[in-house]
Amino acid sequence: MSVTRLIERLLQLVPVLLGVSVIVFVMMALTPGDPVEIMIGDQLVTPEQEERMRRDLGLDRPMVERYFVFLGNALQFDFGTSFYHRRPVSDVIIERLPATIELTLMAMIIALVTAIPLGVLAAVKKNSIFDRIATVGSLLGVSLPGFWFGILLLMLFAVQLNLLPVAGRVAYEHGVTVRPITHFLLIDSLIQGQFAAFRNALAHIILPAITLGLPMTAILMRVTRTAMLEVLRADYITFAEAKGLNRQRILWRHALKNALIPTVTVAAMETGSLLGGNMIVETVFGWPGLGRLVVESIFVRNYPLVQAAVLLYAVTYVLLNFLADILYTVLNPRVKL
Amino acid sequence: MSRPLLQVRGLRTVFDTRAGRVCAVDGVDVTVEPGECLGVVGESGSGKSVTFASVMGLIRPPGRIEAGEILFDGVDLRQLSRRQMQAVRGRDIAMTMQDALTALNPALTVGTQIAEMLEAHDDELPRGGPARARAIRARAVEMLGLVGIPSPDDRLKQYPHEFSGGMRQRIMIAIALASKPRLLIADEPTTALDVTIQAQVLELIDDIRARLGMSVVLITHDLGVVAQHCDRVIVMYAGQVVEEGPTAAVIGSPRHPYTRGLLASIPRPALRGQPIRPIEGQVPELIDLPPQCRFHARCPEAGPDCLRPIEMRRVGPGRQVRCIRTPAEAGP
Repeated sequence: MSVTRLIERLLQLVPVLLGVSVIVFVMMALTPGDPVEIMIGDQLVTPEQEERMRRDLGLDRPMVERYFVFLGNALQFDFGTSFYHRRPVSDVIIERLPATIELTLMAMIIALVTAIPLGVLAAVKKNSIFDRIATVGSLLGVSLPGFWFGILLLMLFAVQLNLLPVAGRVAYEHGVTVRPITHFLLIDSLIQGQFAAFRNALAHIILPAITLGLPMTAILMRVTRTAMLEVLRADYITFAEAKGLNRQRILWRHALKNALIPTVTVAAMETGSLLGGNMIVETVFGWPGLGRLVVESIFVRNYPLVQAAVLLYAVTYVLLNFLADILYTVLNPRVKL
Repeated sequence: MSRPLLQVRGLRTVFDTRAGRVCAVDGVDVTVEPGECLGVVGESGSGKSVTFASVMGLIRPPGRIEAGEILFDGVDLRQLSRRQMQAVRGRDIAMTMQDALTALNPALTVGTQIAEMLEAHDDELPRGGPARARAIRARAVEMLGLVGIPSPDDRLKQYPHEFSGGMRQRIMIAIALASKPRLLIADEPTTALDVTIQAQVLELIDDIRARLGMSVVLITHDLGVVAQHCDRVIVMYAGQVVEEGPTAAVIGSPRHPYTRGLLASIPRPALRGQPIRPIEGQVPELIDLPPQCRFHARCPEAGPDCLRPIEMRRVGPGRQVRCIRTPAEAGP
């Protein structure tokens, strides 16, 4: 794929992102509950004061005008002030983002490294005991609610067996010694040679990452299995056998490279749904990330922050889909963007 | 007389299906001499492809080889381990498939698909390192050149879909021939191609056969192709060989009613104006066939005496027919 095609394809994202911004803005503007009333709360104010607040916040302007102000600010990453934190929304989000990204990546890695080999094995050993167990397991994986599965894991590994910590991202004594460089705790602790802190962070992240990654693992395994079954029937697999190649090469190179095309596409899109899962999993495991922040903000009606976070989620989702398209062409030489 | 390169005796390959046991190949004997080109003719479902898939050890469940010997250069391939068979496939016996578009892996470059064949089988390559990579590349270029791909050097990194149908067929042949096999099984090599390209591909196979001295099995349903390119021919029907002999003799004076039917159903310029006579009826279901002549239901000459097992009988030098209407050892 050429660079110009890539740029062209990126430009095509602009209208999509604009659409996203309109929807986010309108949704928040139409949400019941007047922000001014919420800010006033129980305090006694005169109608004139209320009117002035509204004017100061720009809420007396027409919606279209308000949208363009919102868009202009959003492009400069200015989402206003978080009512609750009394700091710029963007600062609060940036502070929380690395923890969420770290957790999401971990969940993704766990999902990919378990789902793909399991899916391939299930396809190769079709209708075997292993295949049946994997099928039931993946059905459970998709259907188990994350909060419930997370709590089960906590009860088993943290409470009963006392192997892993219950909540948080890292123990306090380690948290203070690791200097933030990349803001990813696992990486920061490693490059600073603080292995105790690394182990501690790993112990903290493992349960939430498994919980978050479970539905994705289940779906990817099904997709991989189905794709492999189809690919293994293809003529080019027979031809590869006729060439006298060994089974491993036929399976992992000839078959998997084709089977990965749907798998990777689904994986990239599922990563978007991990963002939604974050809110639940971070709440269950007390993970100091964006998801929990959003949940807390919804409860206290911290609209600017919720708005910014929803926009961020939507943009991320669009970009992930774009990435899925790119990956699709890399894996499938027949498709040109 | 030299030992045949391939000798298949009493091969029976069955597929267990829900409807019953399909006996796709039932007691087939095939011999391929060194350097010869054997044509295998028959309709779809006659068992010609399954026979040679059995030879290659490519029958997958629910199919299995139930009986028979497959002697390649005197070694029974059925007795080999999976690993040993892997070494035979590609190195000693290579195969091309009907449609190169589906037989070439769409996700791997043509260069990779040739190189891996060489990796797997070529012992003359340098042991390792860049010398090996260079040698493999050189051989891949040589093979593509051999089958007539222009500027092969540049095309190694292209994917199958970037080639035309005829080119793809050539590439598949190049891959099959990369390890200089002693036997090439070409399964319908021209069916998916235009007529002009067909001729080119067949000439290519002839040419390389002469140069490398290998044997070729040409599986086809086109008797015209057989007439032009094959030394001998076997005609298959419903999982059995029904006629076998030198091409000229079989086509010149077919003995089995089925072979005659096949020949009559080919449009030929010499017979312009006369209607083409297709064979009436259809190939029987291969499930639970009664022990009788399988062509019986479609045969214009069938009688009550055909309702018993019919054996192959010699009807001339190198000629055998599975029909009781043909007098044994008659004619030239």
